[in-house]
Amino acid sequence: MAEEMKVIYERPKSWANKVTHYCPGCTHGVAHRLIAELVDEMDLIDKTIAVWPVGCAVFGYEYFNFDSVEAAHGRAPAMATGIKVTNPDNFVFTYQGDGDIASIGMAEVVHAAARGWPITVIFINNGNYGMTGGQMAPTTLLGQKTTTTPMGRAPQLNGYPIRLPEMLAQLDGPAYIARVSLDSPVNIRKAKAYMRKAFNAQIRGIGFSLVECLSTCPTNWQLTPVESMERIRKEVMAYYPLGEFKVAEGVL
Amino acid sequence: MERVSIDEGRCKSCSLCVSVCPVKILTISDRLNERGFRPAECTDQAKCTSCGWCAVVCPDVAIALYREVKA
Repeated sequence: MAEEMKVIYERPKSWANKVTHYCPGCTHGVAHRLIAELVDEMDLIDKTIAVWPVGCAVFGYEYFNFDSVEAAHGRAPAMATGIKVTNPDNFVFTYQGDGDIASIGMAEVVHAAARGWPITVIFINNGNYGMTGGQMAPTTLLGQKTTTTPMGRAPQLNGYPIRLPEMLAQLDGPAYIARVSLDSPVNIRKAKAYMRKAFNAQIRGIGFSLVECLSTCPTNWQLTPVESMERIRKEVMAYYPLGEFKVAEGVL
Repeated sequence: MERVSIDEGRCKSCSLCVSVCPVKILTISDRLNERGFRPAECTDQAKCTSCGWCAVVCPDVAIALYREVKA
């Protein structure tokens, strides 16, 4: 006789039941799942419009049961602003990698933040251009070896890594700016709580919100998924401290 | 019915669930799934405490967790 079982965890309803194209152990999947869980819990599935970037997450629209559009490289915040202006009742978020948001799309995200229109940006920082083969990104750490910095990133030659949330937190436009890490169950649960605040900042109409997620890229870092998580804890978090950098009144 | 349900067709053998399980009941199996990965498996369903860490860390949404309802 079958016992009665209660569900502790099941796949979110807004998650389309597909196998992702991401490499084994890549935390893009974790960030995707957190978004799907939040969309379910906040009952946003009918009014969500996601704006996908160019980069590893370029096929992100395949994996969710809500509406999506695909932006030109780096222009997701500009596109999201346009969608939000014309559809103020929709929930609009962008999902961008570090090459997309901090390099080619830097101007767009800074001006979207300065304008302060209520859109949400999920920023995945894995320290390189994953899709094109692991080239140096603006967020690559000093000394980190990539295919375009084979001797390690040197400040004289390649400049310093950019801490985007700290930069944007100086502006008056944003309502909520935070950095989270996807390296362990505890931090993933914290990441979800911070992402919920960012989503709320938009739903309550307070303003622009951005959450940076420290992520792994096991393939290009040439580490196993478990070693990649350790690298985040040891090296990446030392340069990119976790926390909330700006919380406007009314964000919860 | 099992407490830890791993969708073997979706598992990519990254072994993150194995590394976080506090009661060490997850391992990477010897067989291959249809995509050529060795899926994670649960060795002792009765030991699972339903802490949810494996499901929280799984990047491929391959793990579902259940618990018997106490009479």
